[in-house]
Amino acid sequence: MSVVKFIIDGVECIAEKGEYLLQAARQNGIYIPSLCHLEGYKPRGSCRICNVKVNGRLMTACTTPVADGMDIENDTPELRDIRTAILEILFVEGNHFCPACERSGNCELQAQIYRHQIMAPRFPFQFPDRDVDASHPNILKDYNRCILCKRCIRAIKDENGKSFFAFKKRSHKVEISMDPTMKENLTEELAQRAMEVCPVGALLRKEKGYDTPIGKRKYDKQPIGSEIETAK
Amino acid sequence: MDTFVQEVLEAYQRDKTRLMDILIDIQAQFGYIPPAVVGQIAEALQVSRVDVEQTLSFYHFFSTTPRGEYAIYLNNSVVANMMGRAKIAKTFEDELGCKFGEVTPDGKVGLFETACIGMSDQEPAALINGVVFPNLTPFRVREIVRDIKAGKSPEEMLTASYGDGQNSSPLIKAVVQNHIYKKGPVLSDDYQPGEALKKIVQMTPEAVIEEVKASNLRGRGGAGFPTGLKWEFCRKFPSKQRYIFCNADEGEPGTFKDRVILTERAQLLLEGMAIAGYAVGATQGILYVRYEYKYLQKHLEEMIRIGHEKGYLGQNIGGKEGFDFDVRIQFGAGAYVCGEESALIESAEGKRGEPRDRPPFPVEKGYLDQPTVVNNVETLCSVVKIILNGGSWYRSFGTEASTGTKVLSVSGDCRYPGIYEVEWGFSVNDILDMVGADVEDVQAVQVGGPSGACIGPDEFDRILCYADLATGGSMIIFNHRRDLLREVILNFTNFFIEESCGSCVPCRMLSVIMRDKLLKILNGHGVYQDLIDLEEWGKIMKANRCGLGQTAPRPILTSLKNFRHLYEERLQDKDFDSGFDLEAAIKDACEATQRTPHLHKPERQETAYENELVGAIGDLL
Ligand SMILES: Cc1cc2nc3c(=O)[nH]c(=O)nc-3n(C[C@H](O)[C@H](O)[C@H](O)COP(=O)(O)O)c2cc1C
Ligand code: SF4
Ligand code: SF4
Ligand code: FES
Repeated sequence: MSVVKFIIDGVECIAEKGEYLLQAARQNGIYIPSLCHLEGYKPRGSCRICNVKVNGRLMTACTTPVADGMDIENDTPELRDIRTAILEILFVEGNHFCPACERSGNCELQAQIYRHQIMAPRFPFQFPDRDVDASHPNILKDYNRCILCKRCIRAIKDENGKSFFAFKKRSHKVEISMDPTMKENLTEELAQRAMEVCPVGALLRKEKGYDTPIGKRKYDKQPIGSEIETAK
Repeated sequence: MDTFVQEVLEAYQRDKTRLMDILIDIQAQFGYIPPAVVGQIAEALQVSRVDVEQTLSFYHFFSTTPRGEYAIYLNNSVVANMMGRAKIAKTFEDELGCKFGEVTPDGKVGLFETACIGMSDQEPAALINGVVFPNLTPFRVREIVRDIKAGKSPEEMLTASYGDGQNSSPLIKAVVQNHIYKKGPVLSDDYQPGEALKKIVQMTPEAVIEEVKASNLRGRGGAGFPTGLKWEFCRKFPSKQRYIFCNADEGEPGTFKDRVILTERAQLLLEGMAIAGYAVGATQGILYVRYEYKYLQKHLEEMIRIGHEKGYLGQNIGGKEGFDFDVRIQFGAGAYVCGEESALIESAEGKRGEPRDRPPFPVEKGYLDQPTVVNNVETLCSVVKIILNGGSWYRSFGTEASTGTKVLSVSGDCRYPGIYEVEWGFSVNDILDMVGADVEDVQAVQVGGPSGACIGPDEFDRILCYADLATGGSMIIFNHRRDLLREVILNFTNFFIEESCGSCVPCRMLSVIMRDKLLKILNGHGVYQDLIDLEEWGKIMKANRCGLGQTAPRPILTSLKNFRHLYEERLQDKDFDSGFDLEAAIKDACEATQRTPHLHKPERQETAYENELVGAIGDLL
């Protein structure tokens, strides 16, 4: 394995060749915000908040392998604004009533919004009409909160590699759908895993939502990304 | 039903990468894809039902509900509207007694809208079960509806003579016209099929690439990547199999030149694909054609067959041992984004047309993860002429940096909408002159389709070339009577909204939010801050993955820059307006209750009773 050198915001970094920028940065104690990225799975640059500038060009850090000599901008006013805007778009696109959400405090969208110090979105709320599907014995799908990150699609498969989740339609009408015939095969373990991979409260284990009390949840204690930055 | 579906599944060897073909055949047979069949397909391909649905629901021309024995798709592009689409639409609705998006209660006719179908030189136009009906008039619509009621087939309903050239061949039989007004190297009549192939078999693949490089040819699909370099990358990437894709998705509104090339120069194109195959070391070519051009299917299949017969395709081409190349046609099913090269590949693999993350680029990892070259129709045709006449000959056309010719699709307000093959370096003024536009009366020209730029007369001296006005070839001309913002910019913006694959957050949603802001201004609720918001928000769209999302704000941004007065004259003289229209919001409720509240009435005089009441309260305090 060859080692490559690159620069993020003026800081020299090293990583193994072929590593995605996002992880490579994190190994060097630099946090690049992410949402659709899921450790251990093929990246699918869809949320776009990990956008950085590589030699002056916008690229998503989760999908771009590092190469020797890359000059990367990460924490700049322009990129912060793009990320903030994307988070605000996600917030107005769905129906996110955090105080009433089982995921509050463990939610990555909420945590990113705190990290980016967003008080109110600049965009108008869309208040879409969206469904809650509680028909399954193990899992509850609340589409109001879905940010269409595709993590569930990528991570939740049966032993033959068949999907439980998929996108449906396109444009702003795109939705996440759950396979009606595969539903029976969704074991408790898979349901648990689905809840864990979902960054927001769109997939929940039934009767498990409030296991940890508010105030003791992950991002109640420390901001998202801080574990990487303090490890430096 | 079952046996038909089984036959289709067998025909494609139950191969899930051929899902598009399977769905196209089933849709053609039943007019829709019945839910039971979705399950059957999923089982046969050993995938989940949702995996079939995610492809199916992505494409405009697939449906899980019946679309009628006669599925009418009326184009709703800007040019169609300019040419009188509104009256056509109304006549269809009145005559059929059903609205757009609906099927008549007897299930006979479905009426739908569709994005530009590549007929901008003969709008308004519609597709009925895949047959093109150009130049529609209300009279013609009434005839069509009468024929539908009489049970005629769409082919029997054509009343005009078949079009010129190959349009009237027994394999096409379309009433579509070519409208070729200016020919150059690509469209010239002196083409002899097979000559270039004879030449390349004497050359090494590397020498072919060198010749293409020497010509300075750049991609004609819009992005303008140097063709020789692309081929070289693909050739050098280690692999056992490589692929050549011809991009005939031609979805950019206002573009129709590939339609004409496919009609008139299909042999030239196939030869170009074979040359590309030889140069990069690919034995399989895929010609990806948009669904709207399905009427050319038999013709294209015949051209491939002739290619085999004459030895331009198949094995040991030109007598050269090991030079094998075959072409298959892949139809799309209605998705502009599939013109993006990696989405094109995804679609040809039977998936949703979602662009891939790059890197890796298709030349490294494309179709079925093998190195793949994707080239536009016109690019591949140009290559043949370059091989025949040499790279330096080709460089004698055009400008120093933009060599060769460009086939333009011109439409809108001009005398002769059609196809013009010009050398790079023509100015917009030259073109307006050439196509018979009344230059004094031209308000704006959209160069390069919606993802290009909307420019005004002060920029008509700009020239077409990669350094100035790069273009995929679409030119739409607007005279002074066109409401640029409402008729053009809003339509283009809606187009991008509908055609987004839905993956990237800003492309999926911010384009909608920006459209709503544009509407706010158009509806008289705009304030100055709205213009600033649009400019600022437009910048965020750069963060999108592919060209669609990155250029989606361009109609608004380029018109804001070049036609700012059109926005400013609609603004109100105040600092804030929520855009909320109270009266409109309660209109239905008012009608239902037959009561109207006092919304904007001047201040009411207090009644004597109220005065008394206030006085009494005052006394109490
Ligand atoms: C949204 C979108 C649509 C596109 N549509 C087309 C198209 O219809 N035809 C085409 O040749 N290229 C299209 N392109 C460009 C292709 O991605 C690609 O650059 C081109 O096919 C490469 O061929 P060329 O180098 O010969 O131009 C499109 C790009 C984007 C982003
Ligand atoms: S359900 Fe959750 S994991 Fe799946 S796409 Fe929506 S937000 Fe992402
Ligand atoms: S920019 Fe738009 S069309 Fe392109 S990948 Fe992203 S969401 Fe899809
Ligand atoms: S984390 Fe990279 S695009 Fe979402």
